[in-house]
Amino acid sequence: MEGNLNLTLKIWRQKNTQTAGKFETYQVSGISTDMSFLEMIDVLNNRLIEEGDDPVAFDHDCREGICGMCSMYINGRPHGPNRGVTTCQLHMRSFKDGETITVEPWRASAFPVIKDLVVNRSAFDRIIAAGGFISVNTGNAQDANNLPINKDNADDAFAAAACIGCGACVAACKNASAMLFTSAKISQLALLPQGQIEAATRAQAMVAQMDEEGFGACSNTGACEAECPKGISIENIARMNREYFSATFSSK
Amino acid sequence: MAITGLFLISFLIVHCGLNATIFLNDGGVAFNEGAEFMGTNPVIRTMEIVLFAGLLLHIFDGLRLWLDNKKKRPVAYAVVDGSANSKWYSRSMGLLGTLLLLFLIIHLKHFWYFSRLTNDLTEAHTLYNEMQIVFASPIVVVIYVLGCISLGYHLLHGFQSAFQSLGWNHPKYSPTIKSIGAIYAVVISATFASMPIAFYFHLIH
Repeated sequence: MEGNLNLTLKIWRQKNTQTAGKFETYQVSGISTDMSFLEMIDVLNNRLIEEGDDPVAFDHDCREGICGMCSMYINGRPHGPNRGVTTCQLHMRSFKDGETITVEPWRASAFPVIKDLVVNRSAFDRIIAAGGFISVNTGNAQDANNLPINKDNADDAFAAAACIGCGACVAACKNASAMLFTSAKISQLALLPQGQIEAATRAQAMVAQMDEEGFGACSNTGACEAECPKGISIENIARMNREYFSATFSSK
Repeated sequence: MAITGLFLISFLIVHCGLNATIFLNDGGVAFNEGAEFMGTNPVIRTMEIVLFAGLLLHIFDGLRLWLDNKKKRPVAYAVVDGSANSKWYSRSMGLLGTLLLLFLIIHLKHFWYFSRLTNDLTEAHTLYNEMQIVFASPIVVVIYVLGCISLGYHLLHGFQSAFQSLGWNHPKYSPTIKSIGAIYAVVISATFASMPIAFYFHLIH
């Protein structure tokens, strides 16, 4: 069909965590510019299955940019060439006919490859479990306006809570640092009155877990903020640092 | 990195300000007086030790971070489009710092070694005279200018990065901090770079 794309794909194939992976080259043709990047991989996988080959394993769930599962490092950037989108929202119109596209998994020692493009991001879950919670009374929810909250704080908390935990920040960072993710998870609670009960220990506990998982240190390049599909600001990292310093001074 | 970095930033203001007295074009009278004070005042001499300690801390902390961070991505990406999301000098602080360290070794050999560890510094042969002699060599001038360029980019990232690391990121103040950082980086590196150039081309006597 006219306007459709013929592409060369260089995709990272890796059997499991233990074995070393390598790039395989595939040709795909007749790719509609209206397809999402994941649908393009679907087309390739259909063919691989028909040919009796192992399809390319990749993470995906909602395919509408809110679940944070899709995690491809495309042509040197997490979630591909466009800003503010996940891979499922990346459309093939962003590529040119005849282009070679390199697709890699997130690369970080804290995100081991499970298979092909699928990485294990449970390190993020453990960081949240270490301190990303609040104490509330059980029973009925209280009246909505019982707790007065400054509008700016509510907005900032909401912006931080937009983090979908996809790991693009870690993938983009030259140090594989998880500071943007961790700081978003701290900020969404630290900015609200409900988050004050654990405020003194939260940052310390979550940063300690982050370090234990083997993420790198932050050198403030700002790559995470630029590549975050949800536009999480590095202001959150500065807030986390403030929370961490004050927690370090005041904790027992 | 942030605290030692800000300390070194404050030192550069003193160093640059004092050296800029050569542009008074008074044959180095003001400069030599300043150098004499810096070389004899006990408070300044004590701060010199603190300065070396701060510099070494900055170097070793940076080296430790670099080694540590390198381990966090054991399998490298085949394709990295770094310029799409960050500045090259932000990603190259280790490299710029290493270049600066190499420059500093040469620089300390030229002037610190001469004035502190030898007996060659006399009324007849002042630090100002030594600058005239050292900067007569075009190779030395080129090395110094390259050193100043490395310094400028190192500061361009380092200044605002130090504030971010210390948690000072605020919609009201951050734009000002970034502007001051950029002006500081350009002014300091350009002023330093103009010194060997001015001596080489005999713009000051």
